[in-house]
Amino acid sequence: MNITSQIPIPLSSSQILDMSFLENRARLLEMAAFLDRIERSANADAGKLDFRYQALINGIRLLLDRSDAGRTTAIQISFSDQTTEPIADANGLKAHGAWNGGGNESH
Amino acid sequence: MASKPTAPGMEAAMKVIDPHIHMVSRTTDDYLALAYGGIHTISEPSFWPGFDRCGVAGFHDYFHQLTVIEPARAARFKIRHFCWIGLNAKEAENTVLGEEVLAILPQYLDRPTTLGIGEVGLNKNSRNEITMFERHVELAAQRDELLMVHTPHLEDKLKGTRIIMAILSNEPRIAPSRVLIDHAEEHTIAEIKAGGYWFGLTLYPDSKGSPARAVDAIETFGAEQICINSSADWSVSDPTATLKTANEMRRRGHSEALITKIFFDNPAGFLGQSPKFSVA
Repeated sequence: MNITSQIPIPLSSSQILDMSFLENRARLLEMAAFLDRIERSANADAGKLDFRYQALINGIRLLLDRSDAGRTTAIQISFSDQTTEPIADANGLKAHGAWNGGGNESH
Repeated sequence: MASKPTAPGMEAAMKVIDPHIHMVSRTTDDYLALAYGGIHTISEPSFWPGFDRCGVAGFHDYFHQLTVIEPARAARFKIRHFCWIGLNAKEAENTVLGEEVLAILPQYLDRPTTLGIGEVGLNKNSRNEITMFERHVELAAQRDELLMVHTPHLEDKLKGTRIIMAILSNEPRIAPSRVLIDHAEEHTIAEIKAGGYWFGLTLYPDSKGSPARAVDAIETFGAEQICINSSADWSVSDPTATLKTANEMRRRGHSEALITKIFFDNPAGFLGQSPKFSVA
């Protein structure tokens, strides 16, 4: 997807880096620490099979593989249920942030 | 549109409309924060209170609160309060209760500060949610009401947004320009906008969007058909999130005219399609 700006950003890339590098550096370290925390947990292998962990790793791959300005949309779609059929019953269901493939919906 | 020049320190106070905020869940301190920040006009859609109500009497009480009590509470802070009436998708699985709620909606839609039907839509994209949403769309078409539509959260948003737009497109009496499809995110904005609908961006840092991502969306998708809201409610949320997003635009160097368009002219344009609406 080729994404262009309808309204030009009034900042140069170096100004964007000046403004936001530190906060995004911190976010990257938070994510690394989160993955390390799972690695150190008692049942790390089970955690790494969880659909949310898998979705996050897939999102990180998309982050690295994309070279255009479509990273955010691509990651959003990767987290999404892309089926079209309604579900039978929503009682007790909640959103998780990543699609679990349609099975074992949590109540 | 060029901004009028002003002397340093004499800039006109910023005016913001928050078109989606749940003030029944907020404190008087929050009303003060809105007023101090220049948010003097708000609209409050009906929503889920965090638990399922056990009968239609609970909805009577809630709609009375939205149409009588909350406008009076807001007025103490010189804030003009409007509302939207409907059954939120979180309570749509009980279709028996849903039909009872639908039956009482007209008397509250007729009240002087009710702008339309909302927020209605889908939550988990179930068959009963779809049935209840279709019933609200039918009522909106019959009464020529504006619609504020809730889209599902997180992984359910893309699918639900597409189902919602398919339902709306099957009702020729509903003009897309009279519908705001809310809680849009990067992966749903283009489709909503292409359908001719207004779209809302909600500012929840964990589960929806941040001020920085909202401004990215403005830059990417343009300044038309967009309304930005805090959707502040009983959970983690920020009633001044619109002000923080306006400030993010200012930090990036966007013009005051563009900021005013996004936070005042656009919501006034959508909400102003109701003859009951006026700005404070």
